Amino acid sequence: MTNEAHRDGDGDATFRVRPYALTGGRTRANLDLPLETLVLCSARGQAVLNQVGLEQRRILLLATEAISLAEISAHLDVVVGATRVLVGDLVASGFLESRSGSYTEQPDIQLLERVLDGLKAL
Amino acid sequence: MTGYSHMTDPPFPTSATAHAPNPKVPIPVKIVIAGGFAVGKTTFVGSISEIEPLTTEAVMTRASEGVDDMGLAAGSKSSTTVAMDFGRITLGNSDLILYLFGTPGQERFHFMWDELVRGAIGAVVLVDTGRLADCFPAVDYFEQRRVPFVVAVNCFHGAVLHPLEAVREALAISPDVPMFHTDARERSATRDALLTLVQHALVRTRARVGA
Repeated sequence: MTNEAHRDGDGDATFRVRPYALTGGRTRANLDLPLETLVLCSARGQAVLNQVGLEQRRILLLATEAISLAEISAHLDVVVGATRVLVGDLVASGFLESRSGSYTEQPDIQLLERVLDGLKAL
Repeated sequence: MTGYSHMTDPPFPTSATAHAPNPKVPIPVKIVIAGGFAVGKTTFVGSISEIEPLTTEAVMTRASEGVDDMGLAAGSKSSTTVAMDFGRITLGNSDLILYLFGTPGQERFHFMWDELVRGAIGAVVLVDTGRLADCFPAVDYFEQRRVPFVVAVNCFHGAVLHPLEAVREALAISPDVPMFHTDARERSATRDALLTLVQHALVRTRARVGA
């Protein structure tokens, strides 16, 4: 496609037109990753940087420091669902390490107290 | 219901998988910032976020559509895109990252809220007293889902136009829901709003577990 928008001006073509083309048409992720799931590139991920696809490589590079699924979606300019598929695959392959909060329950008392202390210290 | 019976950008992947916590990766927590259009959600998020607020999008299309075309092009009559602005705050010894997700208040976006509130600490409902009704869907939603929430009445230019009790009565908010004035532009006011929510969530959690 020749008319893709260059939205962020950094020379990377954006993927807005058919985001699920990036996932081979898959819209279901392998892993149940909430939006705030944090991922970090693993040693294995670093080792395969030059062997994975362009989008996978971008994700692994973004995850040099802990970064959330939501942030990756925003930086890639790919909708959440497609990003979740890509990130889920990288986690399942061991190229990303991940950490989610509880997906079903509100945080427990201990975690809430840590958040409270953290906010007070701001 | 929303009239959209199928989501092609599924907020609920089906295979629940337990992830072994990796101590190198901080723990993520989140708070939902809700309210009507242009009430100041992004301003609120931006006032305290350590990054410029980012935008992420989710897409849903009608059930009759295939999954072959998730096009976001204008005129794509069958799909709806929901944009969320969000920010982040690193807390503690950098072992905790709090995400603030601003979400559109309209009922047709509730499919997104279902995902957002799962695992959330709770919600801050931002209210513009000039357009009180705009926050009704958010208040109804959080009450029904028993999500801890607080009501922050945004005071533009420091003007307090309506006493809080009048707002509480107009919104039919239960007396145990914290309500206060805020200024979404002010970092300290935003921090206090978040603190009030976390304290409220703690009280409710302690009551629930009998601690």
